[in-house]
Amino acid sequence: MAEEILAKIKEKFSWQILNIFEKSPRRAYIDLKPENIKEIVEFIFRRLRARFVIVSAVDTRNAIEILYHFSFDIEGKIITLRTKIDKQNPEIESVTPIIKGAEWIEREIYELLGVRFKNHPNLKRLLLAEDWPEGKYPLRRD
Amino acid sequence: MKALTKSIWVFHFAAASCNNCDIEILDALTPRFDLERFGILLVGSIRHADVILATGAISHKAAVRLKRLYEQAPKPCLVVAVGACACSMTMFRDSYNMAGPFDGLVPVHAYIPGCPPKPEAMIMGVVKLIKALKKG
Amino acid sequence: MAKTIIPIGPYHPLQEEPEFFKLLVEGEKVLELEIELGYNHRGIEKIAESKSYDQVLFLVERVCGICSTSHPFASVNAVEELADIKVPERALYIRSIIGELERLHSHLLWLGLAGHFIGYNTVWMWAWRYREPVLDIFEKITGNRQHYAMMKIGGVRRDIESDDIPEIWKMVDGLLPVLDMFKGVVMDDPVIHARLKGVGILTKEDVFEYGALGPTARASGVAIDVRKDDPYAAYPLVDWQVITQEEGDVFAKAVVRILEMYESVKIIKGCLDKLKVVGGEIDAKVKEIPPGEGIGRHEAPRGEVFHYVRSDGSNRPVRYKIRAPSYMNVPTNQKSVVGGTISDATITLAAVDPCYCCTERVAVVDKKTGKKGLTGQDLIKLSQEKTLRIKREMVV
Ligand code: SF4
Repeated sequence: MAEEILAKIKEKFSWQILNIFEKSPRRAYIDLKPENIKEIVEFIFRRLRARFVIVSAVDTRNAIEILYHFSFDIEGKIITLRTKIDKQNPEIESVTPIIKGAEWIEREIYELLGVRFKNHPNLKRLLLAEDWPEGKYPLRRD
Repeated sequence: MKALTKSIWVFHFAAASCNNCDIEILDALTPRFDLERFGILLVGSIRHADVILATGAISHKAAVRLKRLYEQAPKPCLVVAVGACACSMTMFRDSYNMAGPFDGLVPVHAYIPGCPPKPEAMIMGVVKLIKALKKG
Repeated sequence: MAKTIIPIGPYHPLQEEPEFFKLLVEGEKVLELEIELGYNHRGIEKIAESKSYDQVLFLVERVCGICSTSHPFASVNAVEELADIKVPERALYIRSIIGELERLHSHLLWLGLAGHFIGYNTVWMWAWRYREPVLDIFEKITGNRQHYAMMKIGGVRRDIESDDIPEIWKMVDGLLPVLDMFKGVVMDDPVIHARLKGVGILTKEDVFEYGALGPTARASGVAIDVRKDDPYAAYPLVDWQVITQEEGDVFAKAVVRILEMYESVKIIKGCLDKLKVVGGEIDAKVKEIPPGEGIGRHEAPRGEVFHYVRSDGSNRPVRYKIRAPSYMNVPTNQKSVVGGTISDATITLAAVDPCYCCTERVAVVDKKTGKKGLTGQDLIKLSQEKTLRIKREMVV
């Protein structure tokens, strides 16, 4: 079962996938280009009906990495889509129009790392105070 | 001030706490400890309060609220810092979103350390406060 | 009819992140719900980057006080996955016992507060009274009533002595009649039926859309439970079941939680039995954390806790992502509260088990004048009065 999921994704998006890293039978990481994220997220969420877990963002000093974690509960597998975006101009397509549950986390990444999510319905601050200085992102490392 | 020592009504202010301190405060009201038998009552509005029980470290957003609440409180109003976070902020001290411990923002009259302090410790803290008040 | 905005919060002591709910109401009906966060944002993820892995455990323990073992649990799972550490069997049982004891005390706590909100203050006092023995056991085996600091990378910090086993056994046995009583109270009381059934319904589809977790999801018939789906610790080694209900209303959520406590008791007993025969070490030697990444999950009382750790080979994480279950569960209120009445709002908000005392600081503001109309106390009163009214109608 668990292999089937990866096979399905591979089959459909063979030319978009940069790399697949299977850490263990229950954990897989798929590297992608930022422009393909939305399409594959839609496929995994709508077609394969994976549960949306969360998005994490990491500042790797020269780029910002965004990870979309999805859980296949019956198989007990977590598939993580991973993409790198430019730190100077951090911008990526929002997945909130597809997944309602992603609204908060995208807002959080927006304020903590300064990533702009295109077409997010309500991109404003979530956690920090209103008088927090613009352009200062606590989770950036520089 | 002395009038305060009779039946203290407390208002519970939770800043950025992990809420364990808050549970222990509520715990002190339930049958095992039953603070109410001493006339101590948890009230829902700051306007009825004699004592503010403050827990947790203070985030920037919470600091604004705290100041406003303190202004609304009828004076004299005592502030008791409950828990290590409220006393000194412990491990959250270096965080980017912290506005400072309670005593930097409002006058604090008693500190109850512990993470979380046991209900017994809280009761003792309140008793000590009452004793200090009686002395004047 | 005039529309009114009711702000709820932002302060309430019982949740990891105080939220600020704004209800837009028309008469009795709730039209919209807006949620604001950030009062409790402590920047834990950032602080974690400056702590060693051992210190991180103490830090994440303080994410939430009620689930104070859930976060360290997920954290050790993540780091152990990252560094490929094998944990001795005895430690696995101890971990599960701690995890389940926590579920017991957390669900009892919820039950009490839920009771308070619908006007059953006795339930509140009872539930919290019966919660005390659980805390006593915690104090006995871990040294603290809360914040147990039991988890350690590679094992647990303290052993459960064989002398303590009968006492724990006695405590959980003593809890069973209590659970029966609560089950009776909830299942057989017509007033509770009238009050909770059909209120704040969350459908299966909503659960999927919002990614809801834990009892919130299980009450809507979605059988997700990390303990079964992605087995860890001693959960695959003992016998227990995932509890689900189909209706998705507040009543179902209460039932799920009560029945889950029976399962917790079962798990604890199973683990205790094994502890008697499984000896050996309680922690593995951990040398180095290699570069890489790890995902750790744990089924907390409120749902799945998710930790993502990235290491560069030093003794501190490069990135530490924490996702608490309420982060996914709270937005579901936008679905379950809207369309209901204000007097149901308190219990519906509380049904997700996010926060209770927030409602103590509720104030109803008239949109036009901006004047306060109702206080938090009033809102709870409103809720309690409705129960009374139903009681009277039923001539109970
Ligand atoms: S002092 Fe400890 S228990 Fe109290 S809020 Fe702080 S971390 Fe939580």
